[in-house]
Amino acid sequence: MSEKQSMLEKFSCPLPQTNYDTIQMAHGSGGKLSNDLLEKIFLPCFSNEKLNKNRLEDQAVIEHKTGRLSFSTDTFTVQPIFFPGGNIGELAVNGTVNDVCMNGAIPQFLSVGFIIEEGLPIKDLHDIVVSMRQAADDAGVTVVTGDTKVVNKGSCDQLFINTSGIGWIADDVNISAKNIKAGDRIIVSGTIADHGMAVMTSREGLSFENRILSDTAALNDLVKVMLSFNPAIHAMRDPTRGGVATTLNELAVMSGTGMRIYENRIPVKNDVRGACEILGIDPLHVANEGKLLAIVSANEADQIVQAMNRHDLGKEARIIGEVVKNHPEHLVMENIYGVERIIDMLVGEQLPRIC
Amino acid sequence: MKYLDEFRDPNIVKKIVKDIKDTVTQPWVIMEICGGQTHSIIKNGIHQMLPEEITLVHGPGCPVCVTPLEMIDQAIAIAKTDGVIFTSFGDMLRVPGSHSDLLKAKSEGADVRMVYSPLEALKLAREHPDREVVFFAVGFETTAPGNAMAVYQAEKEGLTNFSELVSHVLVPPAMKALLDDPQNRVQAYLAAGHVCAVMGWEEYEPIVQTYNVPIVPTGFEPMDLMEGIRLAVGQLENGRADLENQYSRVVKRQGNTEAKKIINEVYQVCDRKWRGIGTIPLSGWRLNDEYQMYDAAKKFNVGSIETMESDVCISGIILQGLKKPPECPAFGKECTPEHPLGATMVSSEGACAAYYKYHR
Repeated sequence: MSEKQSMLEKFSCPLPQTNYDTIQMAHGSGGKLSNDLLEKIFLPCFSNEKLNKNRLEDQAVIEHKTGRLSFSTDTFTVQPIFFPGGNIGELAVNGTVNDVCMNGAIPQFLSVGFIIEEGLPIKDLHDIVVSMRQAADDAGVTVVTGDTKVVNKGSCDQLFINTSGIGWIADDVNISAKNIKAGDRIIVSGTIADHGMAVMTSREGLSFENRILSDTAALNDLVKVMLSFNPAIHAMRDPTRGGVATTLNELAVMSGTGMRIYENRIPVKNDVRGACEILGIDPLHVANEGKLLAIVSANEADQIVQAMNRHDLGKEARIIGEVVKNHPEHLVMENIYGVERIIDMLVGEQLPRIC
Repeated sequence: MKYLDEFRDPNIVKKIVKDIKDTVTQPWVIMEICGGQTHSIIKNGIHQMLPEEITLVHGPGCPVCVTPLEMIDQAIAIAKTDGVIFTSFGDMLRVPGSHSDLLKAKSEGADVRMVYSPLEALKLAREHPDREVVFFAVGFETTAPGNAMAVYQAEKEGLTNFSELVSHVLVPPAMKALLDDPQNRVQAYLAAGHVCAVMGWEEYEPIVQTYNVPIVPTGFEPMDLMEGIRLAVGQLENGRADLENQYSRVVKRQGNTEAKKIINEVYQVCDRKWRGIGTIPLSGWRLNDEYQMYDAAKKFNVGSIETMESDVCISGIILQGLKKPPECPAFGKECTPEHPLGATMVSSEGACAAYYKYHR
């Protein structure tokens, strides 16, 4: 937190010079105001050698190593844009870093595209961009190119951000759902449902005594630790929208195996569980933004968990189940009474129950 | 977690199951009234832990499931009216009407918003004096006090841009209607704990006496449900029919008198159509004569919309406990939570959705 504050101070908001304290359509026109935004917010905040060198070019130039690249894109539309534990900017950086590294890649470069609704306070944009830089530094990636569009009031909800990312994959790394086989263990890196409930409880204006914080975090460093167990890591996913249940269902379908988990092994924070109970939502269906699921070979599973436990983002990592031959393409959970039930993907939007 | 884990303790639940197994000597059919109970039974596998003599049938206590099709059509018509903010509990948004649902209406430009409480809708009415804010007041006796309070406060504040589309239903008349049905198989009821928390159980005593049927107001946690079943089985095996309160930590005989007061101030009993079942006399609430100006059906003149039910879906038969969801030919095939044919597949409290989710 203190580091973030120092970043804020370093890039103090340049309001007095712009004459506007909110985004105008002209900020997207390509003219003077666009240039102001670039010079006063984007370039100083994202400043790095590649960006500075290419600032007047339309593209970044990246020296290509031999071998495979991991390339991913994601667009972020979270509402509210500031939520307990983070904001849309951090989420946009961490989300794409995580997508890039789930196949074992080492994320390197990001592009950032902003779609801004006119009227957004410039201070909000500034705070978000500063936290993006912080998140990028934490993850060891650099923002090398970007774009900004401003749209009419009502054409988007405050701010949408697209990020794309590129990472290098080491030659001996081969992580894919195709490697999953019966007998493998299922590991979750920590407590589930934190992000979704942080956003949901702040969005609906419910005030809980303990504020639930988003778990938004870049997982590439944790992945690096896990890669020392290559090739025992068969598959990895970050269970974002749709939650753990949706991701495990997808992995079951892609690999043609069955997934079996145990209710009493799944870590859920007490306040998150309480919020889920009140709203009638299953934590297995709630989004995470700083957690990963790993499918690993049985004989190294315990050592992998121990190594993850030594990392800040894997302290609560544990084995929650295994891959089975039975019920192919389905996820089954054994509850605390020893009764089994099918856990389906999330269908539609998550709607709270009436009573 | 406090107030949860102690009511989910596997050892206690298993002890109660053993008690039931030791007591039961013949087959019994017990209905849990409330959709929340159905959900908990299926989610926790309560029905799979019971001895085979005991059959649980799932009652009509899901407000989303029993709200008639024409009410959904009326809601959509109001939502599509210029200047309207249509507010509803989340579950109602996906219930299919004749041709559409509220989420689809939203995607087509209607201002449909999910709220957690009718008082949030009231707040919207205060904040948007130039708009008409309508709340879809559905539910059993549980949601009625809050829904009544919203109208009461609107009247006190002189808010004229707030109204409710009311489709309230009552549990006891439905219980009687089920027992009167010649095909009835239900021998004991687990009454809905939260309905009884509001209404108490005095109104159930005549049903116990007239029909000689045990009624056990029951909670929602696995231990509550298992204990409720144990009490019902105990009565059935002993040839007794009493009102026996399982949910004593929440339910009192007289109910919540303040809540009942506000309901009686705003609503009055009326005949009500139940989806899949038909009209049951005196089985609902409507706004009483003093509060007619808050009736959205009148305000937006949609009361004349009438609709026919689909003939493929057997949700009515399921709501009466005569068939289980897997016995429906459309279950899991044409009818899934993504493409529901009937309301019992839409609501997370609906029996079909619960079976689809946990028990295929």
